Amino acid sequence: MEWYWVTEYAPKFVEGLWITIQLLVLSIGFGMALATPIGLVQVTGPKPLALLAKGFCSVIRGTPLLIQLWLIYYGLGSLFPSIPLIRESMLWPILRDAFPYAVFAFSLSVAGYSGEVMRGAFASVNKGELEAGRAFGMSRFTLLRRIWFPRAIQNVLPTLAGEFILTLKSTPLAATITVFDVYGVGSMVRQETYRIYEPLLLVAGIYICLSGIIIGFFRWIEHRSAQRRLVGVEH
Amino acid sequence: MPDKSNTTPTVQVSDLHKSFGNLEVLKGVSLEAYEGDIVSIIGASGSGKSTMLRCINVLENPTSGTIQVNGEALEFKRSKDGDMAPVSNRQIERIRSQLGMVFQGFNLWEHMTVLQNVTEAPVHVQKINKAEAIEAGESLLKKVGLWEKRNQYPMVLSGGQQQRVAIARALAMNPSALLFDEPTSALDPELVGEVLKVIRDLAEEGRTMILVTHEMNFARNVSSHVIFLDKGVIEEEGPPLKVFSQSESERCQKFLSELS
Repeated sequence: MEWYWVTEYAPKFVEGLWITIQLLVLSIGFGMALATPIGLVQVTGPKPLALLAKGFCSVIRGTPLLIQLWLIYYGLGSLFPSIPLIRESMLWPILRDAFPYAVFAFSLSVAGYSGEVMRGAFASVNKGELEAGRAFGMSRFTLLRRIWFPRAIQNVLPTLAGEFILTLKSTPLAATITVFDVYGVGSMVRQETYRIYEPLLLVAGIYICLSGIIIGFFRWIEHRSAQRRLVGVEH
Repeated sequence: MPDKSNTTPTVQVSDLHKSFGNLEVLKGVSLEAYEGDIVSIIGASGSGKSTMLRCINVLENPTSGTIQVNGEALEFKRSKDGDMAPVSNRQIERIRSQLGMVFQGFNLWEHMTVLQNVTEAPVHVQKINKAEAIEAGESLLKKVGLWEKRNQYPMVLSGGQQQRVAIARALAMNPSALLFDEPTSALDPELVGEVLKVIRDLAEEGRTMILVTHEMNFARNVSSHVIFLDKGVIEEEGPPLKVFSQSESERCQKFLSELS
């Protein structure tokens, strides 16, 4: 094993790690913002929206993420420059970069998988608690915000943690569309130093740490809420 | 009995019908509750008494009939499934916030502490200042004897305690009437007494209440008016003495004798 290259490439790895983290956090953020309504309409209707949501989840879950990513990057990425309005807009410098396409593709993926999780989560909330909210005069939105969503999310925290770890482990696919995430940096090191295993081991180690952080974070939330429910809150 | 001819009933239901598919559960029932009245609805399982109560705050959409709360008539339109649906969500939400409801299964919000359960609707529906709501909530919890449990979560409380919290939660809206849907039916026998005691205290304060119950002694002792519902029609009604002791209805006599 030769590790002499680590010091030289350390700044690059830090940059790559930062890209990976941004990719993950943004995708989870946008993805959950989509997954929530996608899950909800499948429980509440209206029927056409429910079917649309179900169809979206089936397509996302039924096709490889790599292909979705490429379709979005090479498809939209080659369509946009041909539209003058976009080419001349202020967004163009951003849209020329591969990163936003990766965020978009991963967000859709999170939305598809977690949308299915959220559907189950919303459906599993005790009907009586929702009825109590209605009986006390809550509007639909207040009911959703105060009762339905918080109760639903509580039930599926462990499942969501699993989904987010899978998303993390999919992010290296972004390197195939020139996003220099932590895996991309690893590949670069391999090409430049001809060391095969060491960079791969380092990258694997970094992903384990990131997974550990996600697991730890969710354990902490679950533990905290379980603890509070059992012993109450100290004021 | 006070003269009620020139006052508005707190709750007035007339000629209420409700069908679930082909099954007609309520076949034209009416009810009036004036301020301070305690109306008990009794009857066998499946007689439609819970449905009648749940139509008052439109947790069930009635099929036909009229409902007035504090003189305000609920506006309905015909919906696709044949029932009536509220015209305005706003109106329904406003009317519901004037009626405190206590459920058979408590239905406390499990992700909130006892105190948060009590302050939730005042703060997020009635938009009352949070500090005031907390102060009022704590005094209501003292009233039902659960102030010490205010920072606990419902999960750790006994059924009787949960139902007392649910009563405090209903009172926190400062409602013009309280609706009780079999409040003691889900409780272990030894826990029934503590809940009935709280309801009795409310009766003595002069709260307006409509109560669906299987506790006949309780209904006889606290009610101002008793309705005996049988297969979706009001078979007998009147003051407790009349319904429980002098009823001429055979069905009513039979129902009461089978219970004792």
